Amino acid sequence: MTVTYEDALATYEPVLGLEVHVELGTATKMFCGCATALGAGANTQTCPVCLGLPGALPVVNETGVESAVKIGLALNCEIAEWCRFARKNYFYPDMPKNFQTSQYDEPIAYDGYLDIEVDGEVFRVEIERAHMEEDTGKSTHVGGATGRIHGASHSLLDYNRAGIPLIEIVTKPITGAGAKAPEVAKAYVAELRELIKALGVSEARMEQGQMRCDVNLSLMPAGATVFGTRSETKNVNSLRSVERAVRSEVVRHAEVLDGGGKIVQETRHFHEDTGTTTSGRTKEEAEDYRYFPEPDLVPVAPARDWVEKLRAGLPELPRLRRNRLREEWGVSAHDMQSILNAGAIGPIVATMDAGADATAARKWWMGELARRANEDGVELAALAITPEQVARVAALVAEGKLNDKLARQVITGVLDGEGAPDEVVDKRGLAIVKDEGALGAAVDEAIAANPAIADKVRGGKVQAAGALVGAVMKATRGQADAARARELIMEKLGVAD
Amino acid sequence: MADSSGIIRQTAAETAAQIAAGDVSAVEVAEAHLARIDAVDEKVHAFLHVDREGALARARAVDAKRERGEKLGPLAGVPLALKDIFTTEGVPTTAGSKMLQGWVPPYDATVTRRLKEADVVILGKTNMDEFAMGSSTENSAYGHTGNPWDLTRIPGGSGGGSSAAITAHMAALAIGTDTGGSIRQPASVTGTVGVKPTYGGVSRYGMIAFSSSLDQGGPCARTVLDAALLHEVLAGHDPMDSTSIDAPVPPVVEAARNGSVAGMRVGVVKEFRGEGYQTGVMQRFDEAVELLRELGAEVVEVSCPSFDKALAAYYLIAPAEVSSNLARYDGLRYGLRTGDDGTHSAEEVTSLTRAAGFGPEVKRRIMLGTYALSSGYYDAYYGSAQKVRTLITRDFERAYEQVDVLVSPTTPTTAFPIGERVDDPMAMYLADLCTIPSNLAGNAAMSLPCGLAPEDGLPVGLQIIAPAMADDRLYRVGAAVEAAFTDRWGHPLLEEAPAL
Repeated sequence: MTVTYEDALATYEPVLGLEVHVELGTATKMFCGCATALGAGANTQTCPVCLGLPGALPVVNETGVESAVKIGLALNCEIAEWCRFARKNYFYPDMPKNFQTSQYDEPIAYDGYLDIEVDGEVFRVEIERAHMEEDTGKSTHVGGATGRIHGASHSLLDYNRAGIPLIEIVTKPITGAGAKAPEVAKAYVAELRELIKALGVSEARMEQGQMRCDVNLSLMPAGATVFGTRSETKNVNSLRSVERAVRSEVVRHAEVLDGGGKIVQETRHFHEDTGTTTSGRTKEEAEDYRYFPEPDLVPVAPARDWVEKLRAGLPELPRLRRNRLREEWGVSAHDMQSILNAGAIGPIVATMDAGADATAARKWWMGELARRANEDGVELAALAITPEQVARVAALVAEGKLNDKLARQVITGVLDGEGAPDEVVDKRGLAIVKDEGALGAAVDEAIAANPAIADKVRGGKVQAAGALVGAVMKATRGQADAARARELIMEKLGVAD
Repeated sequence: MADSSGIIRQTAAETAAQIAAGDVSAVEVAEAHLARIDAVDEKVHAFLHVDREGALARARAVDAKRERGEKLGPLAGVPLALKDIFTTEGVPTTAGSKMLQGWVPPYDATVTRRLKEADVVILGKTNMDEFAMGSSTENSAYGHTGNPWDLTRIPGGSGGGSSAAITAHMAALAIGTDTGGSIRQPASVTGTVGVKPTYGGVSRYGMIAFSSSLDQGGPCARTVLDAALLHEVLAGHDPMDSTSIDAPVPPVVEAARNGSVAGMRVGVVKEFRGEGYQTGVMQRFDEAVELLRELGAEVVEVSCPSFDKALAAYYLIAPAEVSSNLARYDGLRYGLRTGDDGTHSAEEVTSLTRAAGFGPEVKRRIMLGTYALSSGYYDAYYGSAQKVRTLITRDFERAYEQVDVLVSPTTPTTAFPIGERVDDPMAMYLADLCTIPSNLAGNAAMSLPCGLAPEDGLPVGLQIIAPAMADDRLYRVGAAVEAAFTDRWGHPLLEEAPAL
């Protein structure tokens, strides 16, 4: 039976739950002094503690706790006066101790909310908890066709990531989103990402796994109050995928329920290529994690005056800042949403700080740079160009030294590592031709080479002049100032424009 | 060269003083002890690994330091036997388990580092029950250790290698770890001194975990003063262990040098007596209490009604932590790996490795602990055990309102014959009946000799228990008792041990 998304929403009310893991940007790991920088050689950022060697003991990273408290405060949570770490026990080769140091029934932050906007309407997402834990290492399965463990001949383990601090943020069940559930899910994750970045506790780059999302979804008959059985789609790691995963699960659940079937409580894997999920592990197969308070760590008791100091130091919340910027920039709510989704707010503001006007800054980040980021599969902030460099390109355009086409080439040059904008202009020889003599000669040539068109223009068909301008641009390899070329053509043909 | 049979029988304090004065070299001292190990350890089997080269190099460094006129620490050059549960960089560490056979740690435990910094000469690593689980050292994967008083009997456990090493004069000092009595019970059955410091007093970093909330490293010695000198080297805050106490170390050496019980209130725990307690043990204990009274202590009887549940609570909490602490031994990163022949998955290799690498007692506790933490059973088992732990702590607190220290026999019987209890875990567990409450409450306790049981001529231990961070009281009382008994006997008790 095929059910459309619209069919599903006519019958059922979706209930969402989102679990987001954020890797903190602390200089060292959660329980030892190892570095956290990405890209280091395998197992070079390890020590007896994060390798779980016999005898090694953890010590809590204070910056990690501070970041957790900041996140909790920004999410309007209560901050525990006293809480403990707990051990989550299960065997997996990328987890050196075969337990994960996490928090269980005593999270550091709980009972909060995050207001998000969907199509200009504010929607409140309630937060169940935010807790501290450590990341696992990374397994690379070698020799199989899929990169998955199935069929692999062997696996490689890199423990550089093991022990990197994570904050897991769990929502309460989100009801009332209706047909907008996919958008709500996406907007929540996007808003959370902005919040994390604004707090300066993580760069929250989803494509680098610094922020990872599990999507819980269930359906209940419209008007019902008892939730249906949920599925948990693991590791949905882009905003677009969050939206697609929700949409796909809504349809799948509706198909099962309409067919008289039952939803199995299970984890599911999301596939980027098809936008659908497949079955993972069922509840019956789920592990009993045997949580118990971590005896190697003393309880964490954030002092109240310290918490208040952190609260007082919180930055302007992204949604409020965004509304302020939207008015300052004069863009629509919809455009602002696109800017947010592209992760462009920070770069645009920084580019403006470097001297560009709002329109130019927005144009480059949401145009050429967004295209490149998309092509390379990275976030804007990860592109090899600084806001200052973008501002310089904008300034060159404003000064008339570059046109848009040339500016795009300059940006390409910067992204390809050819240097700063001015260097790229010099090296590639991209400055607009201002030499009236050279331009005049090019215009003369164009007129001489296209007598028929020249006659048309002389005869009053001024729109035909475009072809002559094109010829001039071609002859100057795009470096002519097109407006000036047109003026000269008209002048030489004795036509008033 | 000084008379080597004299050197090995000296106290650590005496040997350190002679080395500092240049009367004997640290190398001569080390060689005398290594020779003693060569002569008797084949019979005793106290050591799993003797680090001859490392010990002599350290001894040479001490001598060089002295020759340069540098000030030496109070235990510089004194030979020590280290329980094989502490990591030692470049020296094998097995925790008595086949699981860690051949593992050479890349780092030193904080205890190891402090010993090295104090110029103590580490002779080698001593035998122990696997992962410190046991009361007889029979659970070692590398064979049992004999009690130098009677080689057919157990030297106590889990630190039987350490207690046997100092009893047989193979080392002047030793280090143990005490999770339920593993320092005190071996001290008791070998007629030596063993101290479990306050929980958090000695860093656990690099001490291979058995039960994290109970484990505590501490000194083993032949005299109270030697134990205090070693205690001072080991103790103190360690930023690598979050449960380490960030406060000054109690003045243990000062206390050991000024033994006195005059005016002290001493509590006799009513519950530590009755069925299961050997007659001769109770006789010597009662004499010790009488001695305390003679020395000027005010002796009162105190009741700790929750202590009878201590063993049950311990055998839920410790195994629960074991089940998690020992999960890391999966054959993937270090130590034993079984079944890696290309036909088994990683999960199967882990399973085969654990089946082959862990002994029966360790497996028993992993299973007990896994069960106790299981969903649906947690509250009934682990949760209840934690409540009992709180009750026991309150019993102690109430007792300390009336008295300064508590006393009891260290263990209900003298050293039992090797093999007697291996098939009866409950009988084995009873050896720790009197020592476990201090681990659960985290306070400080000592065992020191109070005579030989008349019926078997084997040592009996007196346990002294003091509040957390009042470790100095153990030494003040212990030194007074030791001096009075030595006077009464005319010599230290160990002189009555066989020569081997």
